Amino acid sequence: MTSQALCALSGIEIQKKVASGDVSAVEVTNAFLERITHQDRKLHAFLYVDAEGALAQAATVDRARKAGETLGPLAGVPVALKDNLCTRGVPTTCASKILAGYVPPYDADAVERLRRAGAIAVGKTNMDEFAMGSSNENSAFGPVKNPWDETRAPGGSSGGSAAATASSMASFALGSDTGGSVRQPGAFCGVTALKPTYGRVSRFGLIAFASSLDQIGPFARSVREAARVLSVIAGHDARDATSTTTAVDDYEAECGKEVRGLRVGVVADALGAGVDAEVVKATRAAVAKLAELGCEIVDVSLPHATHALAAYYLIAPAEASSNLARFDGMRYGLRKTGDDLTATYGTTRAEGFGPEVRRRIMLGTYALSAGYYDAFYVKAQKVRTLIRRDYDAAFKKCDVVLTPTSPTTAFKLGEKTSDPLAMYMADIFTLPPSLAGLPAVSIPGGYSADGLPIGLQLTGRAFDEKTLVRVSDAYERASGWLSRRPSEIV
Amino acid sequence: MATTYEPVIGLEVHAQLFSKTKMFCGCSISFGAPPNTQVCPVCLALPGALPVPNARAIELAVRAALALGCTVNERSVFARKNYFYPDLSKGYQISQFDLPLNTGGKLVIDTPSGPREVGITRIHVEEDAAKNLHGVGHGTDTLVDFNRAGTALIEIVGEPDLRNADEAEAYLKKLREVLMFVGVNDGNLEEGSFRCDANVSIRPVGQEKFGTRCELKNINSFRFVRKAIEYEITRQEAVLSAGGTITQETRTYSDGLGKTIPMRTKEDAHDYRYFPDPDLPPLVITRAFIEKLRVTAPELAEQKRTRWQKELGVTLYDATVLTGHPKIADYFEEAAAALAGKDASPEARAAAGKKVANFVQSEVLRTVTTRGLEAEFAVSAEYVAELLRLVEGGSISGKMAKDVFAEMITTGRSASKIIEQKGLSQVTDTSVIEAAVAEVLAANASQVEKYKAGKTSVVGFFVGQIMRATKGAANPQLVNDILKKMLDAQ
Ligand SMILES: [Zn+2]
Repeated sequence: MTSQALCALSGIEIQKKVASGDVSAVEVTNAFLERITHQDRKLHAFLYVDAEGALAQAATVDRARKAGETLGPLAGVPVALKDNLCTRGVPTTCASKILAGYVPPYDADAVERLRRAGAIAVGKTNMDEFAMGSSNENSAFGPVKNPWDETRAPGGSSGGSAAATASSMASFALGSDTGGSVRQPGAFCGVTALKPTYGRVSRFGLIAFASSLDQIGPFARSVREAARVLSVIAGHDARDATSTTTAVDDYEAECGKEVRGLRVGVVADALGAGVDAEVVKATRAAVAKLAELGCEIVDVSLPHATHALAAYYLIAPAEASSNLARFDGMRYGLRKTGDDLTATYGTTRAEGFGPEVRRRIMLGTYALSAGYYDAFYVKAQKVRTLIRRDYDAAFKKCDVVLTPTSPTTAFKLGEKTSDPLAMYMADIFTLPPSLAGLPAVSIPGGYSADGLPIGLQLTGRAFDEKTLVRVSDAYERASGWLSRRPSEIV
Repeated sequence: MATTYEPVIGLEVHAQLFSKTKMFCGCSISFGAPPNTQVCPVCLALPGALPVPNARAIELAVRAALALGCTVNERSVFARKNYFYPDLSKGYQISQFDLPLNTGGKLVIDTPSGPREVGITRIHVEEDAAKNLHGVGHGTDTLVDFNRAGTALIEIVGEPDLRNADEAEAYLKKLREVLMFVGVNDGNLEEGSFRCDANVSIRPVGQEKFGTRCELKNINSFRFVRKAIEYEITRQEAVLSAGGTITQETRTYSDGLGKTIPMRTKEDAHDYRYFPDPDLPPLVITRAFIEKLRVTAPELAEQKRTRWQKELGVTLYDATVLTGHPKIADYFEEAAAALAGKDASPEARAAAGKKVANFVQSEVLRTVTTRGLEAEFAVSAEYVAELLRLVEGGSISGKMAKDVFAEMITTGRSASKIIEQKGLSQVTDTSVIEAAVAEVLAANASQVEKYKAGKTSVVGFFVGQIMRATKGAANPQLVNDILKKMLDAQ
């Protein structure tokens, strides 16, 4: 098979071919590495390509096959990892100068699980610094470009993972989602992007942004691939006290099932002012398509969702201000020595962190300060409880909630960099499920007139990723959007 | 007339929980290990590492709380205390803030005016910081040893119920004793596993309102506590008497200078920005677990002292000496029980207790070495009981017992073995003694005449001769009896 043909295969097909010996894992890996060399010159989705490590892993898979061992569900399948996932011996920087050149001594739990399943880690993907951003423009090492239109943002913060998946530089990728950082770039880049229930995937080895919100999730070109990856990375991990012991379902088994009788909740407010007309139109069309497939469409409301943005921008920065305190120049990473200890801290952190990270650290520090804590942090937590209750009520009437993933399609690079608030608005639909800790997936739901993907977000009950997969897959098959890919970069 | 002031003192004690591993990671704790050898990604705060609570440490904290009459809260919350310092790897300490594990206990101390109850506000669980090592690196560098970082501690916050340095010292000693007898803390002040800060203020006698307090740090021996508090009371009295005011500040005690010196004032105080640690779900302790620990709680020294006076025939003084260390207390009880034997009458148990108490105090204690909660005995309690049983049975004299005990220490053999091997067994065979008496009387006819003439003081001379003739092995009581009978028969 030609390199190009190999890269066009799904991860499911690659695993099958590698397992049967039709093609070796090394051949697959070489094909993807070659593709990265060509495609990534323009896209800049990768911060580090680990050709050597990838080929070594591939050789291990091939040896195992020759020895007659049963291969894992992702054997020989190339994966791109967001650069906030710790990888043993491979630089992990969070796209920040403060961690430039940092090499972790251990693998994140999700990375360990992928390796055990036979996946080939081809490299580390670009992101907004410390996962703070919605456009990838906050990377200290330069932005990622959207494979559908290189003048546009890929979304963020997992923009590199989304772009790498959309442009087939890897079969799938892992990202992390705090307030939409998997789903929103998934929508902008036209791929399936799933944020599991909080606690479903271990956060051990995921460099924290906001610990009560962070979840690792997969990007894939199809729902089935995303489902398979989720089955691999989900599960209890004793190294993360917030990791759940709830049993992991066979998500892939949900693919190909009918959705007749399932109830889809539609939030009227999510199709109102501030949402692009094309996004509204695509969402309504998706509702119609699901009705056609036999779903029952019901109206639901999330009255407190309007406060999600405010609550999120208190809780997440508050946690971040504390989580990022460890980057002090003492044990690892950048150190800029000052006249005294305080000056060393100040200079190191002022030079090491970019403007958005500094902004959020200051916001969070303020929100936790004596005299403001109750008014800001405590109140935001109350809002969070109210949003959770909104969903509890909604899920009495429906099985999944459907909204757009983002109010717009991918915006132009530089369009919102001077206006943080406008940038924050890109997350208004992804924030409520995050605050409630619920699973949510973004799937391609049509294209705008200028050919940009539109994302649909489905939110499910806690630990009911199964139903999300079932509905997403049914819609994917019925819609035919899967066949659309960005044009090749030349 | 000059105002008379009353000191008000409250102590905060940090006690290291006697757990093999750290509070939130699996690193072992060993005092004196080479620097930075007991470390892992968690306690070094490498990016992506997460804390997991140590169940054993929590159990110990609950045991301490029960021993001090606290309410154990079924739900408590770990909170982050945020501040920057090189010995704090994460940039925050995991502690407990508004919802601590235990609240509201008490400790009864002995004062010249009788027992006094000192309130305990709360006992919370937290982790220790690393150790800054000054002057061991190049030039003025400070190096950090993270071996101690993350060690499990409880902080015991006492009410300001103490009124002088004596009471403060009594409180600390009693608290240390309780923690050691529960097996929660090794009571090692030199190694810093039991540390104390004191809040000291003074107020005019009769005034209810507290004066401005100063916090004294670095008072890590009972002697320093006394000296620091006494100095501080005198200092504050001098300030107020001279018409000055006390500044609320943290002061450190310098033994070299014999005084407390200011560290930082209230204005420099940190805003610790406490908030619930999102990495750690609330700590839930079940009623059943608390009850289980309550039922299996070890007997405290105080209880032992009372019981021993009642049951084991010892004085308060004896009991106090023998509860100087939990292992010595165990040793005493074991030996006393072994000597009394099974089904002994209360009288026999008391008699055995008294004998063991005397022997342990006069002979055993000087051979014991203690280190923390461990104690090393040269001779087992069982062997000591056997030795005392041989004395009781008349096989050897009390005086010989001391020599045999010395022999037991050097050889490790049992008393009966030593007696047998050395032919030391006391002569109780009356015929042997009669022969010796007859021999001595025959050889000292003039002395016999003196006796007959009424000079009974010569009896002592005969006893000495007989004992010499029997190499000291004759039972002294029998010698006396037989000698008197044979003299009178002359
Ligand atoms: Zn450790």
